Amino acid sequence: MKKVVRVAAGQGFWGDDLDAPRRQVEGGPVDYLMLDYLAEVTMSILQKQKERDPSLGYARDFVGAIESVLPAVVERGVKIIANAGGVNPPACAAAVKAVAEKNGAKGALRIGVVSGDDLLGRIDQLIAAGHPLANMETGEPLSLVRDRVLSANAYIGSEPIVEALGKGANVVITGRSTDTALTMAPLRHEFAWGAESWDQLAAGIVAGHIIECGAQCSGGNCLYDWRSIPDLANVGYPLVEAKPDGSFIVTKHPNTGGRVSVQTVSEQLVYEMGDPHSYITPDVIADFTTISVARDGDDRVLVTGIKGKPPTDKLKVSVAYRAGFKAVGTLVYAWPDALEKAQLADRILRQRLDRLGLRFERILSEFVGANATHGRLAGDQRKAPEVQLRFGVRGPDRAAVERFTREIAPLVLNGPPSVTGFAGGRPKVEEIVAYWPALIDKSVVKTKVDIIQ
Amino acid sequence: MKVRLVDIAHARSGDKGDTANVGVIALEPRWYQVLEEFVTRDRVAEHFRGMIEGAVDRYELPNLNALNFLLHGALDGGGTLSLKTDAQGKVYSTALLRMVIDVPDAEARRLDLPAAE
Repeated sequence: MKKVVRVAAGQGFWGDDLDAPRRQVEGGPVDYLMLDYLAEVTMSILQKQKERDPSLGYARDFVGAIESVLPAVVERGVKIIANAGGVNPPACAAAVKAVAEKNGAKGALRIGVVSGDDLLGRIDQLIAAGHPLANMETGEPLSLVRDRVLSANAYIGSEPIVEALGKGANVVITGRSTDTALTMAPLRHEFAWGAESWDQLAAGIVAGHIIECGAQCSGGNCLYDWRSIPDLANVGYPLVEAKPDGSFIVTKHPNTGGRVSVQTVSEQLVYEMGDPHSYITPDVIADFTTISVARDGDDRVLVTGIKGKPPTDKLKVSVAYRAGFKAVGTLVYAWPDALEKAQLADRILRQRLDRLGLRFERILSEFVGANATHGRLAGDQRKAPEVQLRFGVRGPDRAAVERFTREIAPLVLNGPPSVTGFAGGRPKVEEIVAYWPALIDKSVVKTKVDIIQ
Repeated sequence: MKVRLVDIAHARSGDKGDTANVGVIALEPRWYQVLEEFVTRDRVAEHFRGMIEGAVDRYELPNLNALNFLLHGALDGGGTLSLKTDAQGKVYSTALLRMVIDVPDAEARRLDLPAAE
């Protein structure tokens, strides 16, 4: 058994730094490269792509990432774990295989493909069998929006990834795996942690939570002493050096920018946190109040003491459904009295929408430069040198939202003075794909691992 | 003595549906007790009154010298439904750090707290 296993994070979301995966495998020793591509709404975007073309529906950036790290995989045995499969893991695997062959690495990849998380085709059968897939926030049954559902995926845990690694995969592609499982699974595989090694499993989950947002734990978006964080242009993405007992070091490669400190790691630990006593995953419930973090030299933080307990018998399900339309228009008002002018424009716009008989579920106006980020807490901003009126509407009727987008430009000539910033043209109408969190019994979700050579 | 939270803590915030979470971390470990005593659930609810629609929950993480606040109904519906600039609650962190707390003089001196100007 290895004494230390290094898992590096190369992607914090779909759209992250394209070159980070390559820098992570070339900047120093790593055993695994973990790439997280899926945010809550990403699955629905991928589902729409798959509807247009059945060979799509996965994070296409991953193919380029594989190409950039292929020498490390083939020559040095670095293994890749990614939830890039989206709603079409087999198509993602085929694209990865093709790019390996194009680069002269035919047969060098053993790709583990994890499926079974996709519940879209089973929804009606599940509802009929007594699984209401009720919204975790509102309690409403899914049947309410059934005809508008675009995708439905269970968040699956580490087990199928461990299985794929056990079958010798050097690239593992999943659909909707939890972000944290992508880091925990290789540790569980290497250290042979049992399914009831609660403390070690929880430690793997905490390691995953720390590095799953990429550079957000290594100096990116860090408020603590932010001016002193060096060379963010060349920010080092994080990696963990884990030991069999569950303790691990968070660090980054030498000669990179950013910083790994108790403060940068602590900020990431509290990011998107709910009840810290119960960080629930399919494998284990981690207790964040048991985590100890300590400095272990420059850009090294030691994390120890983590306790875990058995998980629930449910899996979280992420359902995406069509929820109407929205558009946001903006205009910029200049000194003097910038805020007052923007406020008058807001009142005029509301009167005109009302006179046109347009009805919306929601209208929101913000005054960027005065209150958009901190509301009334920002205080009196009547002396602001410039203010952007940001006016948004949302509703079920596309035509009404479309009509609204034509009411912004006229204000330039027939509203308050000293206005500019309309060169972008009419606001764009966007269809809203909303997120419906639900729970389902674990027993109805069966994952499957296929190995493609 | 009046103390600005921004002088004694750092913070990060994020979202979960229509709920924003704000983790507040003491700049010095010995200042955590000040956060715990004065940055109460009620004080935070009052701070954000009129800006959020739901209740506030508070959790303590003395191991990280941190408090975690959940601000329910803070994101205009949250996710893709929200029309807010800050639909994902990324800057509720510094909005909370605008708070000014009132610490008894003796305690403030003992802990070497920086006074608000």
